[in-house]
Amino acid sequence: MPDTISKAMSNLPKLRELVVLSGKGGTGKTTITASIATLSKDLVLADCDVDAADLHLVTNPTVITETKFFSGKEAIVDASKCSGCGLCEAACRFDAFQAQIDGTYSISPIHCEGCGLCVRLCPENAIHFEPRDCGKWMVSNTRFGPMVHAQLHAAGENSGKLVTVVRKEAKKIAEEHGQSLILVDGPPGIGCAVISSVTGADAVLLVTEPSLSGIHDLERVTSLASSFEIPVYVCVNKSDIDPRITETIREHTIENGHTFVGTIPFDEHMVQAQLQGLSAVEYIEGETRDRINQIWENIWTTW
Amino acid sequence: MRVAVASGKGGTGKTFVTVNLARTYNNPILVLDCDVEEPNTNLFLKGDLINERPSTILVPQVDESPCDGCRICAEVCEFNAIAVIAGKPLIFEDLCHSCGACATFCPQDALQEVEHVIGTVIERKSDSIRLIEGQIHVGKALAVPIIRDVKKESEKADEDMVLLDSPPGTSCPMVWTIGDADFVILVAEPTAFGLHDLQLAVETVEEVGIPFGVVINKDGIGDDRVEKFCTRHQIDIIARIPYDRHISEVYARGGDILEEYSYQVLFENLWQVIQQKVESQEVIHA
Repeated sequence: MPDTISKAMSNLPKLRELVVLSGKGGTGKTTITASIATLSKDLVLADCDVDAADLHLVTNPTVITETKFFSGKEAIVDASKCSGCGLCEAACRFDAFQAQIDGTYSISPIHCEGCGLCVRLCPENAIHFEPRDCGKWMVSNTRFGPMVHAQLHAAGENSGKLVTVVRKEAKKIAEEHGQSLILVDGPPGIGCAVISSVTGADAVLLVTEPSLSGIHDLERVTSLASSFEIPVYVCVNKSDIDPRITETIREHTIENGHTFVGTIPFDEHMVQAQLQGLSAVEYIEGETRDRINQIWENIWTTW
Repeated sequence: MRVAVASGKGGTGKTFVTVNLARTYNNPILVLDCDVEEPNTNLFLKGDLINERPSTILVPQVDESPCDGCRICAEVCEFNAIAVIAGKPLIFEDLCHSCGACATFCPQDALQEVEHVIGTVIERKSDSIRLIEGQIHVGKALAVPIIRDVKKESEKADEDMVLLDSPPGTSCPMVWTIGDADFVILVAEPTAFGLHDLQLAVETVEEVGIPFGVVINKDGIGDDRVEKFCTRHQIDIIARIPYDRHISEVYARGGDILEEYSYQVLFENLWQVIQQKVESQEVIHA
């Protein structure tokens, strides 16, 4: 680890949480997260992309504990009690009910929002509420340190709440074991799961790419991140795909009062690192490694 | 016919496939951009603005005079969007899922449901392509109501082909997007992340029960693990888009990659495969 970083880190009084986001998917959030984990060491990892978690593919975690995640409820129809009155179908705002051939109603768990309106309305008490099994979360050991990760069931609900559980657990571990950094690999987009990932965090690193989509999505995620009034760092991956757009992103970042922390050129070795189950900086020597190192140093020294 | 373009992982090329399928379709086509958190189709399809309107959900509003502070509204709310403080309900609009339970069960009829803006629905048209895009307002959490709003617009469509650009992931926004499609295209990259997220997407599409096929994008950049997975699970690979840095550069700045003849052919062929797949499904169901 470069001396400047060690020094900056040792001066930090408290635990900090950095969230890696991008707006657009596929810009390299997980690649950068795994690389920062390699460079930093003294940290707890949290994979908050609970829909499509990939960080474990390059950190090779050994799972220590696995916990089922129940959140919210789902309505279940007891067909033997259903009189077929149709009140539930008429009241449900989520189109979750379907009339069956025998006149009773069934409910689609994928569509059920868990609001309980039908449970309370049903004159036959034929609908009851059950806790919803949404997925699981795990605490693991990795070569970088502890990691908390999760998996939402296919077509699952409540990703935002699962994100909150993952972050809370990561914080608990860091406080118990004295790590100074929680590094969060965030989900794409700007909605529910992203808001849950960044609420209460200490800084955001935005990883973008120089394309029309990248710049458009960056604007939206930057505006979300700014609303939390925490430091926002921006880096551009695959920067040489369009150097002109990369420069525009750098200018916009500075104009908006955020910190531009660097660029990484397009490097096919990144895919190879991933296929080998390694972080980019573990696998790649030379410029790509230096650039990622520089980005990390720029974050620590200005934070 | 309704065709959805989806993927577990973000950035695999959903919008790339959507845009080029729309451009190579020979008849009027309606494109719905359901990636309401980060809608990008309009950056490529452009078109003239036809209509723009707010997308709203219903949230409760308290009429204080009949309210007697009974707390039933807060008790029936499963989303903690109502707190009764000093005998009066306080509404947290951003937590409200718009289910209507509070207004339904208020014994005093003191809750009215009013429209609350959470996004925008924008309609554009260029030549034979009509695009309807949903856009969630920054800071709002609920994507699904906007996706449903966008899809509602397609119910009265004249076009007989509807193409849906899905958000990434495998949770509610993706499921609501693909729910009524006749066919789903899963776009995947031949990488470690690509395979893992494809597996999750396949599980989700199978759960919803819709026929699907896989398009491998950036074919050649990784290895054959996606290919092997598809073979093992008898999943059809319906197109392979070769990895080409030049194409990435053209697409990055918003250029038209169909100027390269081989891509024109590739997407025309993909349409043929999709149409055959959907027709053969109809035969099975008939």
